[in-house]
Amino acid sequence: MFDALDQLFVSLKHWLVGQLPAALQPWASLVISAAAILGVFMTLFALTVLIERKGLGRIQNRYGPNRVGPWGLLQPMADFIKMLTKEDIVPSGADRVVHFVAPLVMVVPVLLAYAVIPVGRNMAAVDFNAGLLFFFAVGACIELAVFMAGWSSRNKYSLLGGMRAIAQMISYELPLILSTLPVVMLAGSMSLVDITDAQGGHYGGWLARWHVFTPWGLAGLLLFTVAATAESNRAPFDLPEGESEIIAGHLVEYSGFKYALFFIGEYLGMFAVSALGITLFLGGWRAPVLWLEWVPSYMWFFLKLGGFVALFIWLRGTLPRLRADHLMNLAWKFLLPLVLLNAMSAALWHYTAQWTFAGAGLARWLLCASLVGVPYVVLGRRLFAGQHIGPRTYRMAA
Amino acid sequence: MDIAFLITAAAILAGAAGAMAARNVVHCALCGVVSFAGLAVAFLQLRAEFVGFAQLLVYVGAVAILIVVALLLTRNFEAMHEALAFRPWTLGLAIALLVSGAVVSAILGSGLTGRAPSSAPVPAVKEIGDLLMTRYVVALEVVGVLLTVALIGAALVALREDGPAQRAKPGERGPVEGRPED
Repeated sequence: MFDALDQLFVSLKHWLVGQLPAALQPWASLVISAAAILGVFMTLFALTVLIERKGLGRIQNRYGPNRVGPWGLLQPMADFIKMLTKEDIVPSGADRVVHFVAPLVMVVPVLLAYAVIPVGRNMAAVDFNAGLLFFFAVGACIELAVFMAGWSSRNKYSLLGGMRAIAQMISYELPLILSTLPVVMLAGSMSLVDITDAQGGHYGGWLARWHVFTPWGLAGLLLFTVAATAESNRAPFDLPEGESEIIAGHLVEYSGFKYALFFIGEYLGMFAVSALGITLFLGGWRAPVLWLEWVPSYMWFFLKLGGFVALFIWLRGTLPRLRADHLMNLAWKFLLPLVLLNAMSAALWHYTAQWTFAGAGLARWLLCASLVGVPYVVLGRRLFAGQHIGPRTYRMAA
Repeated sequence: MDIAFLITAAAILAGAAGAMAARNVVHCALCGVVSFAGLAVAFLQLRAEFVGFAQLLVYVGAVAILIVVALLLTRNFEAMHEALAFRPWTLGLAIALLVSGAVVSAILGSGLTGRAPSSAPVPAVKEIGDLLMTRYVVALEVVGVLLTVALIGAALVALREDGPAQRAKPGERGPVEGRPED
């Protein structure tokens, strides 16, 4: 019964594909997977925009959208219609072709990235041997889209935003990719399905063997989340857009549906990178404890994804934007050494697996955690040592 | 020869031709990106997943960005509106024919064409990794050292000559940051 529920969508797809002539079946299988990804994540996008506006509203002591439909639930529909019907303005000095292509270059790679994410048991659209590499390879195209948008608009704010975005995304790509290195090292595979499988089994017969329950996994998840926030241009790393300083950067000259495509690309990118974090560190679609295994796997996946999205909204409502030099310092002087040390910590964890003396588990945990934790404290203090950061003062509007 | 390969090949060639023919340098760079991406697709059609993804990651993600940033940082790049193509086009054509002739004859002479196509390669990434860490580890390390030297060199070149001591302390308000008096 629970198995049937767990495999509901997989069996549904098999049944649908089985209805078609044999020649069409491989194509139909791909088309159905793509349609499912598009439908599910676009719905999630609409919901997230609403929840984000509501959540930010609450954080900022106001209501958020509550006029369209019950509790404002139809607000995404209203936004969508507004976006579709807006006039599409292209600046007269703009490079029309590049200006047109940029939003497409943004959205298509992001959608491709979902192909390798296992959203449930047997629910990855394709299982590439180098799935993780595929994810980062298509993700690399986004930088180009942002540059194209920034350059083709013929607007100095656009170009500034585009250049900022490139500098930021290249700097943070390094810690992002390196923070996934320990997972690949210990799982011995770059296939995301294999990595999820490597997190099967339970500690002490009840707690799932997710990577996050190891010291390198915990540090890796935190480092990954910071780098992922920067990589998806979310606050507090939203310098490329910075609406109060460079009036939305590369998006200045976009309107109507092209702007909507950028918006969609950004949110889908955020979901994709969260989904990757879940797959690498939080056990993918696996349940956290043994007695909750009966809940369908995709439910777990989307529950975790919802948690990530809530975290991103919370961060956006809480943290102020970084300054450009702080941003670079954080990536190169802080995150990069820590991700390298984390890889060493993972290697130590792997080679101390044979320890058998009393309290070996705790000793091993503390040793590996201190390999990252001590440098974290020392490095953090040293980087702040020369800077005179006084007490923060606030000036309220009178 | 299947239709997917023909489309890919056409895209690669069109990208390369565009990179030579376009009048705007940024257009040249973007056409080059089309060519890079087409090559990645061609690798994927040959079932060389790792090489295809690496091509996409390195060329589209890094080299293309490097090219466009270098173009934008070059002074007077707006003035460059001449196509890069050779003006006496017969000379260009002759060079192109010569180079491609050399490459094609080398491939035909290598004995690769006579071999029967092997079956689908076994999981390649793991084997590439094993080989890189055992047989080719020296080459890998040398490349790593080379890249580190390049990185440090780039940082040194970019370092301001007046040194870090002259920089305004963060938190201090420089003249640029100061707001006009209200």
